[in-house]
Amino acid sequence: MAQIFHHSTNVLSRLSIYGGVFIVALLGAALYAIELSPWYTDVHVSREQPVPFSHKHHAGELGIDCRYCHTSVEKSSFAGVPPTQTCMTCHSQIWTNSAMLEPVRASYRDDKSISWTRVNALPDFVYFDHSIHVSKGIGCTTCHGQIAEMPLTYRAGTLYMSWCLDCHRQPEKYVRPKSQVFNPNYQVPANQEQLGRELVKEYKIQSLQNCSVCHR
Amino acid sequence: MDPESSQNIGHAREAPVLEPGHTLATVTDKISSIVLGRGTTKGWIIGFGISFALLMLLNVAVTYLLVKGVGIWGIRIPIAWGFAIVNFVWWIGIGHAGTLISAILLLLHQKWRTSINRFAEAMTIFAVACAGMFPLLHMGRPWMFYYLMPYPNPMWMWPQFRSPLVWDVFAVSTYATVSLLFWFVGMIPDLATLRDRAKNRAAQVIYGFLAMGWRGSAVHWSRYETASLLLAGLATPLVVSVHTVVSFDFSVAIVPGWHSTIFPPYFVAGAIYSGFAMVITLAIPIRKFYHLEDLVTMRHLDNMAKVMLATGVIVAYGYMMETFMAFYSGNQFDRYMIMNRMTGPYAWVYWLLIACNIVIPQVLWSRKVRNNIPMLFIVALVVNVGMWLERFVIVVVSLHRDYIPSAWGTYIPTRWDWATYVGTIGLFLTLFYLFIRFLPMISIVEMRSLVEETNEESRNK
Amino acid sequence: MSSNPNTPERKSIDLAAASANLAHRDGKRFWQSLEELSETKEYREFLEHEFPHDTAKDPEGIDRRDVLKLAAASAALAGLSACTKLPTEKIVPYVKPPEEIIPGRPLFYATSMQLAGVATGLLVESNMGRPTKIEGNPEHPGSLGGTDVFAQASVLTLYDPDRSQTVIHEGRISDWDPFAVAMTNMRGQQSPKGPGLRILTETVTSPSLAAHVRAVLKQFPEAKWHQYEPCGRDNVREGAKLAFGKPVNPVYKFDKADVIVSLDADFLTCGAGHVRYTRDFSSRRALDTPSANPNRLYVVESMPSSTGAMADHRKPARASEIGGFAQRLAAEVGVASANGGGTNSQNISADWTRAVAKDLQQHRGSSLVIAGEEQPPYVHALAHAMNAALGNVGKTVYYTDPLETNPIDGMESLRDLANDMKAGKVDALLILGGNPVYDAPVDFDFGPALLNVKLRIHSGLYYDETGELCHWHVPATHYLESWGDARAYDGTIGIIQPLIAPLYQGCHSPYEILGLLGNDAGKSNHDGVRDYWAGQRPEKDKAFEDLWERSLHDGVMTGTALPAINVAARTDFAKPPNTQSAGSNTAAASDLEISFRPDPSILDGRFANNGWLQETPKPNTRLTWDNAAMVSPATAQHLNITTGDYVTLQLNGHETKAGVMIVPGHADSSVTLHLGYGRRRAGKVGTGTGFNANFIRNSTTPWAATGLHIEKTGEEYYFAVTQHQYIIDRQGQTFEEESAAAFHRDLIQVATLEEFRANPRFAQDPQEEPTPGLSLYPGFKYDGYAWGMSIDLNKCVGCNACVVACQSENNIAVVGKKQVMLGRAMHWIRVDTYFRGGLENPEMYYEPMPCMQCENAPCEVVCPVGATTHSPEGLNEMTYNRCVGTRYCSNNCPYKVRRFNFFLFSDWQTPSLYGLRNPNVTVRSRGVMEKCTYCVQRINAAKIHSEEANQTIKDGEIVTACQGACPADAIVFGNINDPNSRVSKLKAQSRNYRLLAELNTKPRTSYLARVRNPNPEIHE
Repeated sequence: MAQIFHHSTNVLSRLSIYGGVFIVALLGAALYAIELSPWYTDVHVSREQPVPFSHKHHAGELGIDCRYCHTSVEKSSFAGVPPTQTCMTCHSQIWTNSAMLEPVRASYRDDKSISWTRVNALPDFVYFDHSIHVSKGIGCTTCHGQIAEMPLTYRAGTLYMSWCLDCHRQPEKYVRPKSQVFNPNYQVPANQEQLGRELVKEYKIQSLQNCSVCHR
Repeated sequence: MDPESSQNIGHAREAPVLEPGHTLATVTDKISSIVLGRGTTKGWIIGFGISFALLMLLNVAVTYLLVKGVGIWGIRIPIAWGFAIVNFVWWIGIGHAGTLISAILLLLHQKWRTSINRFAEAMTIFAVACAGMFPLLHMGRPWMFYYLMPYPNPMWMWPQFRSPLVWDVFAVSTYATVSLLFWFVGMIPDLATLRDRAKNRAAQVIYGFLAMGWRGSAVHWSRYETASLLLAGLATPLVVSVHTVVSFDFSVAIVPGWHSTIFPPYFVAGAIYSGFAMVITLAIPIRKFYHLEDLVTMRHLDNMAKVMLATGVIVAYGYMMETFMAFYSGNQFDRYMIMNRMTGPYAWVYWLLIACNIVIPQVLWSRKVRNNIPMLFIVALVVNVGMWLERFVIVVVSLHRDYIPSAWGTYIPTRWDWATYVGTIGLFLTLFYLFIRFLPMISIVEMRSLVEETNEESRNK
Repeated sequence: MSSNPNTPERKSIDLAAASANLAHRDGKRFWQSLEELSETKEYREFLEHEFPHDTAKDPEGIDRRDVLKLAAASAALAGLSACTKLPTEKIVPYVKPPEEIIPGRPLFYATSMQLAGVATGLLVESNMGRPTKIEGNPEHPGSLGGTDVFAQASVLTLYDPDRSQTVIHEGRISDWDPFAVAMTNMRGQQSPKGPGLRILTETVTSPSLAAHVRAVLKQFPEAKWHQYEPCGRDNVREGAKLAFGKPVNPVYKFDKADVIVSLDADFLTCGAGHVRYTRDFSSRRALDTPSANPNRLYVVESMPSSTGAMADHRKPARASEIGGFAQRLAAEVGVASANGGGTNSQNISADWTRAVAKDLQQHRGSSLVIAGEEQPPYVHALAHAMNAALGNVGKTVYYTDPLETNPIDGMESLRDLANDMKAGKVDALLILGGNPVYDAPVDFDFGPALLNVKLRIHSGLYYDETGELCHWHVPATHYLESWGDARAYDGTIGIIQPLIAPLYQGCHSPYEILGLLGNDAGKSNHDGVRDYWAGQRPEKDKAFEDLWERSLHDGVMTGTALPAINVAARTDFAKPPNTQSAGSNTAAASDLEISFRPDPSILDGRFANNGWLQETPKPNTRLTWDNAAMVSPATAQHLNITTGDYVTLQLNGHETKAGVMIVPGHADSSVTLHLGYGRRRAGKVGTGTGFNANFIRNSTTPWAATGLHIEKTGEEYYFAVTQHQYIIDRQGQTFEEESAAAFHRDLIQVATLEEFRANPRFAQDPQEEPTPGLSLYPGFKYDGYAWGMSIDLNKCVGCNACVVACQSENNIAVVGKKQVMLGRAMHWIRVDTYFRGGLENPEMYYEPMPCMQCENAPCEVVCPVGATTHSPEGLNEMTYNRCVGTRYCSNNCPYKVRRFNFFLFSDWQTPSLYGLRNPNVTVRSRGVMEKCTYCVQRINAAKIHSEEANQTIKDGEIVTACQGACPADAIVFGNINDPNSRVSKLKAQSRNYRLLAELNTKPRTSYLARVRNPNPEIHE
C-alpha cells in the first residue's frame, strides 16, 4: 500500500526531536533577557516630567547639595521630594518668567502640588530606608547613578533583589567615606577593595541579608 | 511479591494466562478491532458522557477556586490540609500498581502481567495527572507555583531544600515523565500495527505519526527491547521512592500521627494495595464489555487478588505498629492522638477504615472468593474506599487535635471539596475512556509472544 | 503604597468619592425608616429575615469584581505574573511644607478618650497627619501608659466608612449653613424663657462643654438639660448619696489593698478608672520572689468576668442576691445597721462569709470592698459603710467631689424628658451624642414619644436609630477630630486635641452646635475650649500660653486632680429603698432572674459598628459577633435548654429573642444578656448582630429583674466562638476535655502561694527539658541582639487590649462571623482561656498566645520556598511576598499561632480605610500565611535609630504593640542576650516556664506561672 508520509518526514521528525530541547532552552533565555532589558527594568529610561528638571544643571553645574532639596534623606526612610516652596526660594529671583517654570509658579500661586513621575519605585512590600544607608557611607550616586550628568533623571539600577543583595553581601565593594556620601562626582578609588574593608570595620557595617530587614 | 503465584506459572491446575486456541492473527484482530473495527458503542458513549460531565464539574470547581481562594474548601486552622492532600496521596498511590506491573513484574519475567500491563500503565499516568493537580490547586497562590522550582532568577532565591514539598516536586514530576515514556515506548509497535491496519486516512496519519516510523526491522526490535528494559530499570526504584517521598511530607513534620518512622514502607505497601484494587476495578468491567475473558483470564484476577491480600496484610501491620508505638513510646501526645482516632469525633472514619482495609479483604484468603468475579469486584471497591479513608485519617484526624487544645477544631468538607474530588474521578475516567477507544488497551506485541507458549501448554495436555 | 506612605493625594481623592456614595445611600434610608419607628414584632422578624444570623461580610459571594480577579488569576496562571511591570507611580510633594513633619517619620500627640465621661489619657501615633495607632499616655493618671480595647479600637471608628458625613435634613442631604439658619429661627420661635427647649447629652465631665450648655441655659432659664448614659454610674452616685448624703466620687487605690472584696464589680474591664485600676491591681500580683506578698481577691458575681477570673475565691450569685450577701458581710465586719438583714444565697455559706469578713478585719486599712456599677445604691452604701468600718477610707479608698459637672440620676432625667415629650411639653430637643431611641429603657417608649417633639435635632457619629427620627442630623466629630477636655477617674483634667481635621465637612462638635444657641455662634471648637480655660485659670497671657502648651504636650493639666474630701459614711441609711434588691431578698430562687451588663467588647452599643471589637473574643466565653442569653449549666438543664437554642425572653409584657449559651461558672437560675447588640442602624458591620436587650430592659430594674420567662422557638442559633468549640458545637464533647488536656500538657502552670513558697521552681519540669544537641540542624548563634518575651500569667487579666492593639499595629484583617465560625480568625495574639474544676464554679485561666519565635522553629524547615526564615536575632520572619500558601508551616506549628488568608480578607476597596493602615506593615493579600513578628517594624526602626546614633538599643526602647497596650504590664519584651534587661530578669525568675518545652522548639516567648493566693481558712 502507499506510503502515508513523504520520506522527508524522517528529517522533520529527527529535527523536531532534537529541536525540542533547544527551543525550551531558548524560551527560558528569552524570558531572562526580557527581565533584564531596559524595557522591563526602566534602567536608563528617562521619564517625562511636568517640569523638565535637570539634575545635571542643579547638582552638577550649580553644585547644589543633594540635601538642599531632599531634606529628610538623613532623618527618614524617605529622602523627600522638595515642596514647591524650595524651588521658589531661587526661582522667585531668577528665571522668574521662563515659560519652562510656569508649572512651578502656578503650583505656588494656586497652592496645587506638582505631581512628578516617580523614577525609582520599589514594590509595596519592600521597606527601604535612606537614612541608615547614607549614615553608613553609601553614597547617593552608588544607587542613583551619575545624577550630576542626568539632564532628565532616569533609574540607574534594576532595583532587583539581586541588585540589593549584591551590596548587602559585599558592602566593601561600594562603601565610601562619610564625607563623600553626598558628592555627586565621587570617583571610586583604585584601592576600593582595601579601603572598603577598612570603612566597613570603621562604620560597623553589618551585611544584613535576612528577610525582615526589607520585608515585613 | 507473593511467591505462590510465580511458582505456579503455567501449572496445569492454574487457569492459563491466555485461553488456548488463539493464533497470532486472532489476538491481533481481537485487540485492534476494539479500536479500528466496530465504531463507538452505545455503552462507551454513555460512560464517556457521564465522566465528561464530571470533568466539567471539575472545571467549575477549579475556576471558582481560582476566583475566590482556597477558603471555599473546609480547611481552616488547625486543619490546614484537607481533601486536596488526601486526594493527592490517594491518586499517587493508585498510580503505583501500573508501574509495579509494567516494571517490576517485567524484570521478574511474570508472563501473566502482559495482558494487563498496558492499561495498568495508562491508569498510572491518568492517576498521576489527577494527583498532580492537587498540590498546585491547594496552594494559596497557585500562580506562584514556579517558586518551588530551582531556576535562576533576579531575586537570587532558591527553593528551601529541607522541605519535603520540594522533594515532592521532583519525585512526582520524575515519576510522571518516566511513566509516560515507558507507556509510550511500549506502545510504539502496536501503534504501527494500528497504522497498518487503519483504513481511513486520518487514522493512518495520526497512528503513523505516533508510531514514529516503526517498521519492525531487527534494529527497531533490539532498540525497542533495550529501551523498555532501561525504562523498566528506571521505573523500578520509582515504585518505592515516590511514595516514600510522599510519606515524608508527613513523617518529617512533628504533628502527632504524622511523625512516625514506619510511614515510608507502609505508604508504599498501601499504594500498591490501592493500585491493584483499582486495576481490578477497571479490569473486570472492561474484560466483560469487550469480551476479553480469554485474554484477561481468571488467572490474572486471581494473582492480583493475591497481591492485594499480601500488601493488605503489610498495611494492617503498619496500623498495628502505629498504635503499639504510641503506647510503647509513652509520648502523651501520640497516646492522645491514637485514643482520639479511636474514640474522638472522627472515630467512625477510623473504624470504617479498619473494616475496609483490614477486615473485609481477609475474604480473599479463600480461592472461591478470588474466583468469584462480583465478590472480587466489590472487595476491590471497598479497598479503594478504605485507602482513601486512611489518608483522611492521617491528614485530617491527626491535625484536628494536636498540641494546643485551644486551637482544636473540626473539619467539615464543603460542596467544593467534594466537587473537586469527584471532578478528578471524572478526569480520570474521561482519559481512560478515550484510551480504551483510541489506543490498544492490551499490548498486541506481548500477547503475540504468549500465543506460542499457550499453544505449547495445550498440546502438552 | 506602603513603600512610600507619603503621597497625600490619595486620601483627598478617595474621601471625596467615599462621601459621595455614602451621601447617596443616606438619601434612601429615611423613608424606609418610617415604618420602623415603633419596634413592632413584625419589624423585628423582618429584621432577622433581612439580616440573617451570619450578617458579617461573607467573602464567598461572587460578584463582578471576582470575574476580573478570575481574569487576573488565569493570566497569572499562564505564567505571565513574572513579567508584569510595576505601575508608574506619582510623587506629589507639598507646596509649602508643614513644620515638624518629616515625611516617613511618625509623630505622637497626647489626647484623651472618654467613656461615660471618664477620660483615659492617650498618645496617638500620626503618620503624615493620619492617626494610625493608639498608645497609653504614661503621664495620665487614668492610663499610666496602659489602654483598653475601646481606646485601641477607637481609631477604626474614626475611619469607619459608615460614619455619617453630611448634615441631614429630613433624610435629605443638607449643609451646616441651612442648619445654622434653622437654629436661629428656632431661637426666635422659643418663648422668652424657653421652657420647651431641652438638651439631652451623655454624661458630661467636661467643664468647658458644661459651660457651653449653661450659656444656653442662661439664655433660656426654663430650658432643661438632661443627661442619660445607658451604662452610667447612676448607682454609684445614688449609693454615695445614700451613704454620705451627697454624691461623691470614690477613688480606689488597689495597689494599697491586700484584701479586696468585689460585690459584682468588674473593675478590671469597664467603669471609671478600670485601666488604672488594672495597673494598680496587677502591680500587687508581681511575684519577683517567693517572699513577695500578693493581694487576695474575693469576687461574688453573677456572670463570670475577667475580674472573676483573677479572683482567689469566687462565688457565683444572682445579681439580686448580692445585696443580701453584702448585708451579711457588713454585719460581720461590724456595720451596725446591717445586722439581721440579708438572706442566704444557696451557695454562699455563712462560714465563707465569716472567713471573708475575718480576712478583711485582719487587714484593716489595707482592705477594700467595692460594689459594681450595676448593683443597686443600697449595696454601694453598704460597701462605703464597710470601708469606713474597716478604716480603709483615706488608705485604700478616698472620696472626691463628683467628676460630673452636673451629677444627676440619668435614668430619672431621661424619664422626665420622656414624660414631658409624651405630654407635648417639648417643642425643641437637642440630642448631643447618645442613641436613646435604641438604648432607652423600653417602658419610656422613647421612639414614639420623640415624635411628639416639633423640632428634633441629633448630633452623633452615626446616622443611627435616633438620628433617623430627627429632623436634623449633624454628624459629630470623632474625639480624634475635635477639641475638648474631660476628667480622669480622679478628676485630673485631660485636654482632648484633634489629630486630624474632621474627615468630612459635615462633622461638627457639640461646642459649635451649642454656640448657635448661646451667643457665640461661629466660634470654633478650639476657641470654645481654649477660651474657657483662659477664663478659668489664674495664669494669664504668657503664663497661660505656657500652661496651655504644656497641657497639650503632656495631655494632662497638672494639679487638676480633685482633692480628697472628708465625708463620714452614715450607717443608719434606709434599708433597701429600691424595689430591686428588696424584691430579690424575697425572690424565690426558683423564679428566673435576668441581669443586663455592658458588653465587654462594644459596651452599650456605641462600638457596634467596629469590626475589631466585634471580632474580639469576649473574656471567658470567647464569643464574637454576638451577645447571648447566658445561663449556668444547671439552669440550662433545669430549663431544658442548651447552647444554640433560639429562645424568646419575656419580662413583664415585653419580649426579645436570643440564642442561649451555657457559661460555666454563671450563677444559677439567672440569665445574663449583654447590652449593645441587636442594633438596627449600626452600619454595615454592626447592624443585625446579636440581640437587643433594651427590648426588655425596664427603667425601674435597669440591671437585674426577676420574673423572666424563657420559651424555646425551636429554631437554632449558631455562635462564632474562637475556643471551647465543644461547648458550642453539639458533638457530645464537653469543654472539660479541652481544658483537662491543657493542664495535663502543662500549658498552664499554677500553684497556691504556699506551694510556691515551698517549691519556687514548681513550674519547671527538668524531665521536659530535652538534652541539648538533639536537633538535626546546626544551632544558630546569636551574638547580637536576641529578642524574647515574657508573659506573666499572674498579671494578665484577659482584657484583650493586646489583641486589638496587635490588630491595629499590624493591619490585621477582620474576617466576619462566618469565617470565625470556620476557625479563620486572624488575630496574631489570642488569649487562650482554660477552666479547672467543676462546671458550676471553675477556676479560669488566661494565656496570651503570640508567636513563640522558636529557636528550633518547626515552621521554618518545612516551608518549600523559604518564606518563613530565621533571623540572626532569633525572629521567625514571615515574608508575605514569597509565600505561596502551602500552609505546611501552620500544620507544623505546635502552637498554632499562624494565620492564613483563606480569602482576600484585607479590605482593598474601602478608600477611607487606607488612612487607617500602618504604613510600615504590608497589607496582606489572599493566599498568604501571616503571624506575629514581635512587631519587627518597630525593632527595625529602633535599630536604625540606634545605628545612626552609633549606640546599642537600650532596654525598653522597643515596645511591642501588645506590651504597650497591656494595662496589667503582663507582657515584657527585650533583649535576652543582655542579662540586665527586664525580660532576662523575668525569665530568670523561678516561675518562668516554656510551653511544650519537650518538643525542643526552644520558644523565645516564655511564661511566668500563675500563683493563687487562697484564704487558708476556706476549704472548698
